[in-house]
Amino acid sequence: MVHVDYYVILSAILFTIGALGVLVRRNPLIIFMSIELMLNAGNLAFVAFGRSHELLGTPNFNPFSGQIFVFFVIAVAAAEVAVGLALIVEIFKTKKNINIDEMNSLKG
Amino acid sequence: MHLSETTSSGFFYLAPWLVFAPLTGLLINLIFGKLFKFSERTVGIVASLASGAAFVVAVLLAYSVSLNPEGMSIPFAQWIHVGTLQIDWTFRVDSLSATMMLVVSGVGTLIHIYAIGYMHEDVRFKKEEGRFTRFFIFLNLFIAAMMILVSGDSYMMLFVGWEGVGLCSFLLIGFWYEMDTLARPSWANSNAAKKAFITNRVGDFGFLIAGFLMFWYLGNSFQFDKVFEAAKTAPPEIIVAITLFMLVGVAGKSAQIPLYIWLPDAMAGPTPVSALIHAATMVTAGVYLVTRSAPLYTLVPQAQYIVAMTGAVTALFAATIAVGQYDIKKVLAYSTISQLGFMVAAVGMGAYTAGMFHLITHAFFKALLFLSAGSVILGLERGHHHLAHAHAHHDEKQKGKKKEGKKDDHGHDEHGEVFDPGDMRNMGGLRKTMPVTFWLYIIGTLALAGIFPFAGFWSKDEILLDAAKLYPTVYWLLAIAAFFTAFYMGRQIWMVFFGEARHEAAAHAEESPKVMTVPLMVLAALSILGGALNLPYIHTLGHWLEHTVELVEHEAQVAPWLEQSLGGLNIYVALISTVAALLAIFISWLIYGRNPLKTGQVDPLKKPLGFIFTGMENKWFVDEGYFAVIINPFKKLSQFIADVIDWRFWHDFVHDTVILGTYNWLSEIALNDYADQKGIDAFANWLGTATQSVSATLRKVQNGFVRSYALSVMLGVVLILGYLIFK
Amino acid sequence: MTSDLIVFLVLSLVAVAAALGMVLSRNAVYSALFLVLNFVTVAIFYLILGAPFIAMSQITVYAGAIMVLFLFVIMLLGAESLAPSEVLPWQKWLARGLAFALIAELIYLFWNTRPEIITTPGLVVNSMDSLRAMAMSLFNDFLLPFEVTSILLLVAMVGAIVLSKREKAGQK
Repeated sequence: MVHVDYYVILSAILFTIGALGVLVRRNPLIIFMSIELMLNAGNLAFVAFGRSHELLGTPNFNPFSGQIFVFFVIAVAAAEVAVGLALIVEIFKTKKNINIDEMNSLKG
Repeated sequence: MHLSETTSSGFFYLAPWLVFAPLTGLLINLIFGKLFKFSERTVGIVASLASGAAFVVAVLLAYSVSLNPEGMSIPFAQWIHVGTLQIDWTFRVDSLSATMMLVVSGVGTLIHIYAIGYMHEDVRFKKEEGRFTRFFIFLNLFIAAMMILVSGDSYMMLFVGWEGVGLCSFLLIGFWYEMDTLARPSWANSNAAKKAFITNRVGDFGFLIAGFLMFWYLGNSFQFDKVFEAAKTAPPEIIVAITLFMLVGVAGKSAQIPLYIWLPDAMAGPTPVSALIHAATMVTAGVYLVTRSAPLYTLVPQAQYIVAMTGAVTALFAATIAVGQYDIKKVLAYSTISQLGFMVAAVGMGAYTAGMFHLITHAFFKALLFLSAGSVILGLERGHHHLAHAHAHHDEKQKGKKKEGKKDDHGHDEHGEVFDPGDMRNMGGLRKTMPVTFWLYIIGTLALAGIFPFAGFWSKDEILLDAAKLYPTVYWLLAIAAFFTAFYMGRQIWMVFFGEARHEAAAHAEESPKVMTVPLMVLAALSILGGALNLPYIHTLGHWLEHTVELVEHEAQVAPWLEQSLGGLNIYVALISTVAALLAIFISWLIYGRNPLKTGQVDPLKKPLGFIFTGMENKWFVDEGYFAVIINPFKKLSQFIADVIDWRFWHDFVHDTVILGTYNWLSEIALNDYADQKGIDAFANWLGTATQSVSATLRKVQNGFVRSYALSVMLGVVLILGYLIFK
Repeated sequence: MTSDLIVFLVLSLVAVAAALGMVLSRNAVYSALFLVLNFVTVAIFYLILGAPFIAMSQITVYAGAIMVLFLFVIMLLGAESLAPSEVLPWQKWLARGLAFALIAELIYLFWNTRPEIITTPGLVVNSMDSLRAMAMSLFNDFLLPFEVTSILLLVAMVGAIVLSKREKAGQK
């Protein structure tokens, strides 16, 4: 028997690792992957919460709503990756470099 | 005395047309005159018809009054309704106002017709043909204002008309405002207009005070009947004050001592104006006012005596001045003042019927005289004009010999001197060249002099008789004035119409056209027959008026020689005045008729009378006296106030030094240096520099590294979660 | 300690390790592969939580399609690793500190605010009934978001094509 809380805490740990990746890495591809990891952590939390509510028998609760949310998140993530990678390719073509710290011309 | 308001018989409902008929004519000429390019004939006909319509209305109203002697009040419009003060525009039609309406509109219409002919030539002599329409607009406006005056049911409406006629008087005296009476460029005419207006202002001031007192003490109303009702229980001192302040107004409008001085100058206006406004109608407004206020005056005999004395002294004083005048219209002007003195004396004595009677007959014969004088003046102008053209032709033949002085074909004779067509010394012998005018003038003169059986005889005699019964002093003053009247009129006749022409213009004078002489003939007929209005023993006018003006019963001690004066005719009084008049005319013949004046000759009276005649000639230096006593000190006072008080003290010291200095000090040192620069400016600058430095610091945060931004977001998340935990 | 818990702990250990490996790898290809491992682990969790459809989607879409795309781009660009040039030296340490703070906060929050202890019944062998019921819900209650998602994917597709084709259009 596993507490739902364990899943949620696992999700939090994964999310934080993803956030850390966004903060410390300079390779935009890895930053993207970190973002995917964060989304994934969120998805895990969605499914876990949905499952817990299903088991609790919360009234007027659609037992699949958590899963359906995850489905939409996956769709959005797919769209985001498609556009984001296209952007990165485009930037690379322009600057011959993808170091995110060199993309700092937009500043005060 | 109350008005019957229940019966609605007759034509009373037409009363508003008294005012609106002339106004309609005025508006037609004013709006369409220029628009449709009315000819002079059309303008004159419209104006005369408007005035004539008012006359027809007046006749119908008089007929209604004859059927319904108590008259009627016709409410027309609400004017001022404030609290208890209720002033309406109500027409009051009774025998007194009907009489005035008839005189005003009747004489007014005749003068309108006359003016068509007169102004036709006048505007051409003065070279301002565009002013023809304006003249008739003013004339119609005058009729309307005069109708408001005489038909008003309250002192307030009377005052409205009073000021209205004053305005018309001003406008018409200054009709040729940019020239003097001899058409030279000058402000003399407009100064005369201003003099009339300002002098009347003094009188109106008195009238206004009378009105305020009346409102305050006599029932908070201006309505005649209410005022008279309240006066019966009011303290006599108040009535005396009201009546005497009213007398100031009367003296202004009716040209009595001491405010008569404007009337002779008012002759600057065109002659029909002199006839209509300054002889027949407007100047009698004062007499009408006293008659209308009869219930007030009857209450206070002291005030009546003062009024009567004012009138009598004015009558004599003005008559003496008339003797020494040379201008044909000035003589008539002083005569008018004198005759107004007769009327004021009469109404002052309480002889209201006699006063009104004389007012009516005087309107006839004085209008006749003035218009005839206008005819004479125009006759001379025509002669002069004719001569000038003849000379011009003459000059053309004799090239270059006498060129100067002939360019201006008006106003200058061959010596370059100004030709005065109104100066009697330029006339003489006109009976041959202007026979119609001559005979009309004779009729007017006889009526004015009081020769039996002309109108003036009856009316003047009635005044003298009443004076003899009531105030002997007044009687003697008036009798002497009557003697002088006959004398100066005789002098005028001899100088103007007899003897030889003293000027080429007089020799070539031409008779006036029919449009001018026919109204004169009507007036002449009225001057002859006007006495029939109030013949002794019959007293038509007296019975007519007694419904409005209660006949005054005096318990005076009557002298024995007057006791036979039954029915209003005393043989002694009649004889004395007739003989005096005839004697005066005879004396004037001795002096002026037997040996007619030669060109340039001094007046034959000057030698025997010496300084007295000089005084008469110069109007007893009254104007100079006013200048010395009132006007010059007033000017000096004004100068002092303007220079010293206003300019030096108020402007230089108070404004420039005190206020401006303080303000400068305050603004430059206190406000500018301390408050503005060191306070507000410094704060505003600090605000700017502070913003700059803060933003300079903050812009470092915006470093362009997207990971830094993400770190900020992360920091925010951590802080918010920390807050949620530790809150 | 039950077998469920043991399975959970082992799997979660693998997931965390894979995540850390993804973040810490010098080589981007390794990172991608670590992420695939992580996704597969999470898919197993989905199965345990009774969401077989999501588990399959996770593997096909994420671990399959998206990660292949990633690998493709990494290799296309030759961006396996970057030169070690750090312009924000304090960023790394601050980020680590914040990460620890965040984990601490999140664990504290979840552990202390949970309403009651809910346990999962362990691995469930799902029948097709569950999948059918979910499909009914998706195409009835969530029809509009579903259709909007299709539009979103279309837009993303068009956007990606436009972005990558722009340069060629400019050269013409």
